[in-house]
Amino acid sequence: MIELLQEYWRPFLYSDGQHITGLAMTLWLLSASIAVGFTLSIPLSIARVSSARWLRWPVQFYTYLFRGTPLYIQLLICYTGIYSLAAVREQPLLDAFFRDAMNCTLLAFTLNTCAYTTEIFAGAIRSMNHGEVEAAKAYGLSGWKLYAYVIMPSALRRSLPFYSNEVILMLHSTTVAFTATVPDILKVARDANSATFLTFQSFGIAAVIYLVVTFILVGLFRLAERRWLAFLGPVH
Amino acid sequence: MFEDLLQQLGLSAFSLKGFGPLLLQGTWMTIKLSLLALLVSVLIGLLGASAKLSRAAFVRIPAQAYTTLIRGVPDLVLMLLIFYSLQTWLSALTDAMGWEYIEIDPFTAGVITLGFIYGAYFTETFRGAILAVPRGQSEAAVAYGLSRGQRFRYVVFPQMMRVALPGIGNNWMVLLKATALVSIIGLADLVKAAQDAGKSTYQLFYFLVLAALIYLLITSASNLALRWLERRYNVGSREATR
Repeated sequence: MIELLQEYWRPFLYSDGQHITGLAMTLWLLSASIAVGFTLSIPLSIARVSSARWLRWPVQFYTYLFRGTPLYIQLLICYTGIYSLAAVREQPLLDAFFRDAMNCTLLAFTLNTCAYTTEIFAGAIRSMNHGEVEAAKAYGLSGWKLYAYVIMPSALRRSLPFYSNEVILMLHSTTVAFTATVPDILKVARDANSATFLTFQSFGIAAVIYLVVTFILVGLFRLAERRWLAFLGPVH
Repeated sequence: MFEDLLQQLGLSAFSLKGFGPLLLQGTWMTIKLSLLALLVSVLIGLLGASAKLSRAAFVRIPAQAYTTLIRGVPDLVLMLLIFYSLQTWLSALTDAMGWEYIEIDPFTAGVITLGFIYGAYFTETFRGAILAVPRGQSEAAVAYGLSRGQRFRYVVFPQMMRVALPGIGNNWMVLLKATALVSIIGLADLVKAAQDAGKSTYQLFYFLVLAALIYLLITSASNLALRWLERRYNVGSREATR
């Protein structure tokens, strides 16, 4: 156990000497996919609750597809499936993009988390208090100003508890990245396992790291809720 | 016959190339695995929920630790951890007790592993649902002289199910999608079948999309079933009309 830690603590945390590995890689995967997914999901969630069918249905179809299938299959399609198509390999740009495992992984993760986040935000927009919207309209706000100043600030705050769940689920989902040869925490654990045969210890260390990151995220979101959801709490 | 039809329609690109039975076997494996794992995890969930609500600290604290630890660690990590260690632990146990050597096959190990992981999620769902049943209900049941088992069977269970169903549905969906990971630990499920078929026909994209569509079919069917169940358990409770 001690030797395992001595030999592998560096790859587990940040680098194996050549590449970024372990915790640093996992955090990068998580933050990149969450950031892009969040940005994309705001316009998508507004489209999702739109009264125009041609806006609502494509988004609904997208979230239905990505929430109804496992992330692992989505990753496999992005990583091995698309690149097996001759048409993709002939296009220099697409070829360059899909040859890189990192790009494929980030694409699959982003599309996946964006679908879930879109539904979370759309739900929050839908459960928006009617009175608030009416008051905003009475003040002469409409169109994107109504969304930018009244609906989105409230919807994003109220979806914070569900969003924190999604972020933690996403952290847990990043573990499939190793199947696309991305050296995240689990990949290091597998390497350590096959080199030392200390199965329980190798995966146990990975489990502890994930547990610590989960607890930190839960703590951060609790702080964020105290700051941004204070208005929903009981009156003191 | 199906292949002939495709040929005639000029759709031979969509032929399964004789991998239909393999895909069906894989689908059946996925369904079997997820249903059995659901059964195990619901049982663990009910036990865990009653343990977490127990007044005795020596059952409450381990249950608390179980749900916190399991839900804080990714399912794939736990799967690898438990799956690869299960046989070692079992061998150590049989050695220590002087029993005969027991070998567990990957399928049983998969069911136990998935059941154990999702049992933690079900524990939380059921705990919340049991707490949502008003205390007066079980007090009234005591007053009517119902035994412990009858109290749960006839009074608490039907009422908690209404609250628990959305959570159960959610957990089921996550569990179902997590079964896609068992191909990583070597089980011949739908994903494995699709990968094998795709690799040997050089049509990986087509077969993977097919696997995704089969998953979509299963999740959509479960959605319908859950909606039906929700309507059934909501009988007799008032809800704001939509």
